[in-house]
Amino acid sequence: MASNTELTPTSYIEHHLTYLTVQIKEGSFWVLHVDTLVTSIILGVISIGFIWLVVRKATSGVPSKTQAFVELAVEFIDNEVKNSFHGNRHVFVAPAALTIFVWVLMMNAMDILPIDIMAWILEHAFGLHNWKIVPTTDVNTTFALALSIWLLMIFFNVKVKGLGGWMYELFCTPFGKNPLLWLLNLLFNFIEYVSKPLSHSLRLFGNIYAGEIIFLLLGMWAATGVSGTIFGAILGAGWAIFHILIVTLQAFIFMMLTVVYLSMAHESH
Amino acid sequence: MNINFTLISQAIAFSVFIWFTIRYVWPPLLRAIEERQKNIADGLAAGERGRHELELASHRSSDVLKDAKQRASEIIAQAEKRATEVIEEAKHTAKEEGDRIVAGAKADIEHEIFSAKEVLRQQVAELAVAGAAKILRREIDAAAHADLLVAIREDLK
Repeated sequence: MASNTELTPTSYIEHHLTYLTVQIKEGSFWVLHVDTLVTSIILGVISIGFIWLVVRKATSGVPSKTQAFVELAVEFIDNEVKNSFHGNRHVFVAPAALTIFVWVLMMNAMDILPIDIMAWILEHAFGLHNWKIVPTTDVNTTFALALSIWLLMIFFNVKVKGLGGWMYELFCTPFGKNPLLWLLNLLFNFIEYVSKPLSHSLRLFGNIYAGEIIFLLLGMWAATGVSGTIFGAILGAGWAIFHILIVTLQAFIFMMLTVVYLSMAHESH
Repeated sequence: MNINFTLISQAIAFSVFIWFTIRYVWPPLLRAIEERQKNIADGLAAGERGRHELELASHRSSDVLKDAKQRASEIIAQAEKRATEVIEEAKHTAKEEGDRIVAGAKADIEHEIFSAKEVLRQQVAELAVAGAAKILRREIDAAAHADLLVAIREDLK
């Protein structure tokens, strides 16, 4: 798109998968994906801010349509949390679940926006090349969320059971407190603690990233001519409709896993 | 797919959003929802109470109605009794009044008869005296026989 001279399938896809980066310091770690960060923050501010604006004027009487919509979402999430978390969920878990669901849903939903049109608008209206508009196709985002929740998991483990209680759980569950089994228990728990954030983050990343790639592949059909364009457009529309399901489902799964992990951290085995 | 500083910045953004939701978004909405739930529960309870009271009131009203009907029939019976009494009394009074009127009339009639007799007697006596006087004109001196004439008149009275 940027350079019409060498538009090959590879360059097309590479173009859409390149981040807008800023090097903060020397070293490969000190790179910031500005597009991911800014888009996700804008989306978070819009969605959470929208809810906040509605909630500020919330009435306990007859709600407005907007308030009813927000309440619907909130009560839906509250119910889900209530079913798996048995404690005072209003202190942390339920609002966190609401944040995660709304934010991840918004970030996933960016996938449905037509990718080339968005690239064209960003390039011509804002002068931005290489702006990826779907933050959840950046593995950094999903890992950031999953690792934050992983840390919270450890925090709640220690907070609820005490450091000793947590250590006991690490060494003495799930197989028993026989000293011979300590190492096995620890290994087992170690695998669990490693696999949790990995599966948590990679599930979301994989689904959305794959969806994005399929959109790109469908978009490439446009290069084959008019019939390819029409066919690609029809398939793209079909995939987008199906993607509405994936986007919502993945946000929901991510939220549910968060709730389940946090409630497991609250409960002794 | 390279891990870099974006991860940390996203984690910070994430924690800020969570903090904001916990602090400003969740509590007021929860309060509104819970308040409404309470209102609805109260409303339902009030409705239930209202229905119960309505039932009681309808019981009471049917009782009152029954009582009123009974009293009304009693009053009607009393009124009928009283009416027959009044009629009887009126009849009685009318009869007495009639009797009195009849008796008065009879007395009047007797009186009339008596005075008529009196007048007739007077006239008969006078006629008798006049006849006797005509017969005895020559033989009887009115002056000499005045005491006799008076005696006859007294007899005829």
